[in-house]
Amino acid sequence: MFSQIAKRLMTAIPSIIGVIIVTFLLTRVLPGDTAAYFAGPAASEQAISEIRTKLGLDRSLPVQFVAYVKDLATGNLGTSLTTGQPVIEDIRARLPASAELTLLGLLISILVAVPLGILAAVKQGSWIDHLCRIVATTGVSLPVFFTGLLLVYVFYYILGWAPAPLGRLDFFFTAPTTITGFFLVDSLLTGDIEVFRAAWSQIWLPAVTLAIFSLAPIARMTRASMLAVLASDFVRTARASGLKPSKVVIGYAFRNALLPIITTLGMVFSFLLGANVLVEKVFAWPGIGSYAIEALITSDYAPVQGFVLAMAILYVLLNLAIDILYGLVDPRVRIEA
Amino acid sequence: MSTATVTTAPPSKDGLLSHARHIVSENPVTGVSFGLFALFLLAAIIGPFVVPYDPLASDTAAALQAPSAAHWFGTDQLGRDIFSRVVVATRLDMIIAIASVALVFLAGGFAGIASGYFGGWTDRIVGRISDTIMAFPLFVLAMGIVAALGNTVTNIIIATAIINFPLYVRVARAEANVRREAGFVQAARLSGNSEMRILLGHIAPNILPLMMVQVSLTMGYAILNAAGLSFIGLGVRPPTPEWGIMVAEGASFIISGEWWIAFFPGVTLMLAVFCFNLLGDGLRDLVDPQRRT
Repeated sequence: MFSQIAKRLMTAIPSIIGVIIVTFLLTRVLPGDTAAYFAGPAASEQAISEIRTKLGLDRSLPVQFVAYVKDLATGNLGTSLTTGQPVIEDIRARLPASAELTLLGLLISILVAVPLGILAAVKQGSWIDHLCRIVATTGVSLPVFFTGLLLVYVFYYILGWAPAPLGRLDFFFTAPTTITGFFLVDSLLTGDIEVFRAAWSQIWLPAVTLAIFSLAPIARMTRASMLAVLASDFVRTARASGLKPSKVVIGYAFRNALLPIITTLGMVFSFLLGANVLVEKVFAWPGIGSYAIEALITSDYAPVQGFVLAMAILYVLLNLAIDILYGLVDPRVRIEA
Repeated sequence: MSTATVTTAPPSKDGLLSHARHIVSENPVTGVSFGLFALFLLAAIIGPFVVPYDPLASDTAAALQAPSAAHWFGTDQLGRDIFSRVVVATRLDMIIAIASVALVFLAGGFAGIASGYFGGWTDRIVGRISDTIMAFPLFVLAMGIVAALGNTVTNIIIATAIINFPLYVRVARAEANVRREAGFVQAARLSGNSEMRILLGHIAPNILPLMMVQVSLTMGYAILNAAGLSFIGLGVRPPTPEWGIMVAEGASFIISGEWWIAFFPGVTLMLAVFCFNLLGDGLRDLVDPQRRT
């Protein structure tokens, strides 16, 4: 098992190298003079050339690349012009907010989509199957920022069930002591039910927005995968042997249908990490997505850079985790490797 | 690309037409989506000439009005007519979507066919490029590209094309790979056609229908992506009417109850994406009946 994980880790290396090369190129292809860009519009000729030497832009590209990789290895992603902090610190401080939101969204989505897909496959052609198809088609067509705004209008303005979309916690409350960085978990760990409730009231609407967005691919894949497995011989045998339908569907069919569903999760994460940026903007969520947007608007380049790199590496690691999960779910994968 | 990509005659028109009629009658949704598509196309072409108001003209006396007979979709904070702006925006959104899809269709299609047909190094290089793009969360990569290349509409088109590149490569590569030793390819090779000519004149027309399905399936995604980018303030600049940026402008009014500013551009955007997705499914049924769901 461990040698397999190690082997899989090795295959992630080319992806990470590719990611680093692309993010490096993205800084160096800035239109016009990068040094002048960093110096600002009012800089003198001398200031620009000073910055050029300071940034190492007067050296050849391969040399610059080595310097860039060295910086990355020491965790130096540059400094944000707006916050004045090192980018890596900013990202570290804001990542838990994004992660909490994304993971909760994914959790809600799985809790709804997987049962929906299973039921649609078991009762093929019934109303629930049609519902599944409608969800799958509408889900991929909904712009996530628009769903978010609609939910805000309905649940905040009309019904008043949700607080104003202004961040992670109402300003009456102080954030719980940081243990995991997830407000929901930390407030429970410190036994502060009030803060938990406040954090929950802020997070459920953006999380549902993300969940609606990622429902479609998961539901669609669950249904397709379950249909294929339900038609196979071993399910027929299990049925013929008189096992309870629930045992056949969950214990036999679903376990075997899991693999393609987990594969889809990789794609879902790609979508979710992107959608997260838009949802963070709608709900003024203080995560790394809104950090990148603020930086983009003020043409503060280092944070955008760091954000793209952080997201890409996170995504590569998530895909790695999904692959390792494979081996746990399906022993066949382990034996083949 | 050479000019002669489509040289084979299509199968008998009559058969295709009746097949199309069958598809539409079996699934009326496809018919509806074709109708919607025509409507969007019409709005993109003649929209700016028929709208009741100037989409850029502000009229502060009529600011923030709810939908009425005079302003079907209401007015925004500057008193601009939202209906006119939504209709006029169609052209820009369609241009972004069509241009980016056309770009990736040519680049990704060619790279995919070449890598499927030649294999070897071509395949490895194209595959490596695709893998690297896929290693990024796609929307995030698009943000990074637009930020690096500069904040313009052209760069939104390029970024959208780049993030769709692996999808086109995958389809074209698989299809070209199946056909590389097909009878008609061997016949073409035997009669002395150059490799490039076989690639573009014989293989490309063969996989064109499947690529077209891919086009309409990714068109919706291209619109969503472009609107998402302009929602966060990239590419299109105010006061240019564009669906994503209009939703962004209306976003701050949602919490005070002026829902129509963001709602109508948002719904139009959703309908456009919906329309292209259904169109893609319908087109797939038409071209590739085996994969029908």
